[in-house]
Amino acid sequence: MATAVAHEPHGPPVHAHHTSTGLDHRKIAIWAFIGSECMLFASLISTYLAYKGRSVVGPYPHEWWCRATGAIAEKRELLASCAPDQIVRPILNIPVTSQSTFVLLMSSLAMVLALAAVENRDRPKPATLTLGHRILGSSRLWLGMTALMGATFLGYQAFEFTSFVHEGLTIKTNLFGSSFFTLTGTHGTHVTVGVLWLLTLLAIDFKRGLTTKDTLLVDICALYWHFVDVVWIAIFTLVYLIR
Amino acid sequence: MTTAAAPTVAPAEAASYAPSGIWSWITTVDHKRVGALYLYSALAFFIIGGLEAALMRWQLARPNQQIVSAEFYNQLFTMHGTTMVFLVIMPLSAAFFNYLIPLQIGARDVAFPRLNAFSYWVFLAGGLFLTVPIFFNVAPNAGWFGYAPLTTRPFSPGLNIDFWVMGLQILGVSSLAAAFNFITTIINMRAPGMTLMRMPIFTWMSFVVMFLLILAFPVITIALVFLLFDRFFDTTFYSIAANADPLLWQHLFWIFGHPEVYILILPAFGLVSEILPTYSKKPLFGYNVMVYSGIMIGFLGFGVWAHHMFAVGMGAVADTIFALTTMLIGIPTGVKIFNWVATMWGGQLRFTTAMKFGIGLVAMFTIGGISGVMHSSPPSDLQQSDTYFIVAHFHYVLFGGSIMGIFGGLYHYYPKLTGRYMSETLGNWHFWLNFIGMNLTFFPMHYAGMLGMPRRIYTYDSGQGWDTFNLMSSVGTALLVVSSAIFAVNFIRSRKRGAVAPNDAWGAGTLEWSIPSPPPEYNFAEIPVVTSRYPLWDLKAPEKTAGITHSAPDELVITASHAVPVHEETKRTTAKALGIPMPVPTAKPAVAALGLLIGFTGLLYLHIGDQRVAIAVAVGGVALFVGALYAWLTSPLE
Repeated sequence: MATAVAHEPHGPPVHAHHTSTGLDHRKIAIWAFIGSECMLFASLISTYLAYKGRSVVGPYPHEWWCRATGAIAEKRELLASCAPDQIVRPILNIPVTSQSTFVLLMSSLAMVLALAAVENRDRPKPATLTLGHRILGSSRLWLGMTALMGATFLGYQAFEFTSFVHEGLTIKTNLFGSSFFTLTGTHGTHVTVGVLWLLTLLAIDFKRGLTTKDTLLVDICALYWHFVDVVWIAIFTLVYLIR
Repeated sequence: MTTAAAPTVAPAEAASYAPSGIWSWITTVDHKRVGALYLYSALAFFIIGGLEAALMRWQLARPNQQIVSAEFYNQLFTMHGTTMVFLVIMPLSAAFFNYLIPLQIGARDVAFPRLNAFSYWVFLAGGLFLTVPIFFNVAPNAGWFGYAPLTTRPFSPGLNIDFWVMGLQILGVSSLAAAFNFITTIINMRAPGMTLMRMPIFTWMSFVVMFLLILAFPVITIALVFLLFDRFFDTTFYSIAANADPLLWQHLFWIFGHPEVYILILPAFGLVSEILPTYSKKPLFGYNVMVYSGIMIGFLGFGVWAHHMFAVGMGAVADTIFALTTMLIGIPTGVKIFNWVATMWGGQLRFTTAMKFGIGLVAMFTIGGISGVMHSSPPSDLQQSDTYFIVAHFHYVLFGGSIMGIFGGLYHYYPKLTGRYMSETLGNWHFWLNFIGMNLTFFPMHYAGMLGMPRRIYTYDSGQGWDTFNLMSSVGTALLVVSSAIFAVNFIRSRKRGAVAPNDAWGAGTLEWSIPSPPPEYNFAEIPVVTSRYPLWDLKAPEKTAGITHSAPDELVITASHAVPVHEETKRTTAKALGIPMPVPTAKPAVAALGLLIGFTGLLYLHIGDQRVAIAVAVGGVALFVGALYAWLTSPLE
């Protein structure tokens, strides 16, 4: 084995850099980065869970709260003695967030199609392109769609945050508010970075056109995007769905 | 002393080929020059951190002295710890990572040269953030592990902790960026034939450290974000009034903090694993086990954090589990000690300064390790917690371990960096004064601690049996100051006046010694093909490795015919003349780091000045950062 290696030509690389694994440096770095990000979100989610049920004032994520008496109840009927204007509903709006979650998850599909469009650009094509070919082969369309869906998710998040503030939950209110806004806000920041990244790729695509050689550029962005998506699945399940 | 020929290119001529001028340092992306920047900065911080320690020992030399105020003493111990951990040992290790890893694996640079420069400039920004405040009497003052709620706004209203939180946050960016870079470099840029199990142990230990960095730093990043938000935006993460858990910070900090201990010691372990074989003329004993024990330490390092918290009352189950994992981590560490001893056993030992520091590490770290096993037992730890016994323990592992290993590494690699040897006479003085001074400083602390002297008190009454031990420690510190001064003289003088060193200054076996000293910008004129763990020994001194397995067992018998080429220069030449593409120097990484510095400064101002100005400065800094980042990413590397 060693002799086989020893007789390989070596010296200054002419074009692409030779690498030990055959993978591009950036691909390895993005995986290392994702590994690191797992610990970042693990710390945030752990703190959220450790503080679950510890807040001494409302609003609460899943419970009804009587502002005047401080009573907490699973159902509104159980707060019958509380004045109606003192009742604060459970803050999390699962139907609305389910919609934004659906949009974000679908954006991963668009991301996959964007990557495929760039990757397969050099494939031999039939003489007459069907509309399907044109749509599937358009990296601009899918990059744009992914960014649009990411932005939609952010719009939902902005709406969610504002309505929570109107209902009396800010980052200062209680442990739930602090840990909820910091966790989902950090995720939202990651989505924002992802949208900017996608828009940058889109700009490059419009400026000079992405070719098969650019597959890696789209690939590392896609890995990041999917990761941010997967994290949201964890957050949505642990924060919104589980009581 | 060695069989290697003297270089045919004089150091002065080699130096004339190196770029010079301050702008060339700001724009450099050469891993060797970035390593040198780390080295010089960290040595400067070492002086500051050392003087802080000296001032504390002066204050504590006699009972009831008033050399510094209690408040300033708080700043001193906080900054001594923070400086030595984050601004001395980590960047000194980073200096070696930068300089050595590409040379040891046969690469021309790191995977992302500009990201590497960015790491350094961000480190410098964080270092300034932490260091400058002490000159204005507003340095961080809540201990190097900054326990919340003490560090929240109601209990620490001043700017002190703001500097600490932001300084550490900035340093985290630097460490993470560097770790992604080196993981990629080690995985992806090894020379042909350099399998993982042929990598020099220093590179291996660095590899483990990089994984500790990327997994541990996010945790403190989040802990610091919480603290920052609590201090600036009135969140409730550490607010006891809001029913926050007073242990949240401690858990998050130590989940980072314990792996951090191994981040500090493993690079020194790696250096010593290069030093001992070289001066024993024997391959490292039990290479595979050394690698596995390093990985094992890395894994177990994440499962022992709560042993820093035995005194908080976690309950018998948690205490027992963390006591057991802590004792368990002593095993791979002990294995390393035995392997180093076995490496020296039967070798032809040469007691150079580097070797003395190497042996010093093995001996001193063992003492620190044993006292560590002592307080892995919760009942015993309850006696020792927050006393000088703990201070004695961690200085034996960090000063006796990390710093001694790094000094050994500096003497060992100085000829590679500069083309000249450091003076062995001065080195001898440095080592012995350092060794005696260290033991005189830290050994009596065991006794003072056992007699109940708490950490972090700025003075004490006499009559408690602590006086003599404290005086001994202070005298020892004076010796350490003298020994460090000798080192500084040696380090500076030898640059111009040291004896000229050949390529292979010490008769070592790994790739970095096959190229000229100092190495040309492209490192290897020809990328070597590696067939064993000590390729140079196979070539030049086959008797050193005869009969000793030093490669994977299925390998061919090594013959000189496929050994690495040894580059004896006759005339130094440029990468351009050889047709080797090199990264273009650029200031963009430094500008991006400046943007971060400005951004954090704006945030700092938020609490004390006009909010609109603060926000404008912060946004401006972030814009500069993003702009520089885009400019950097859209411009070609070479």
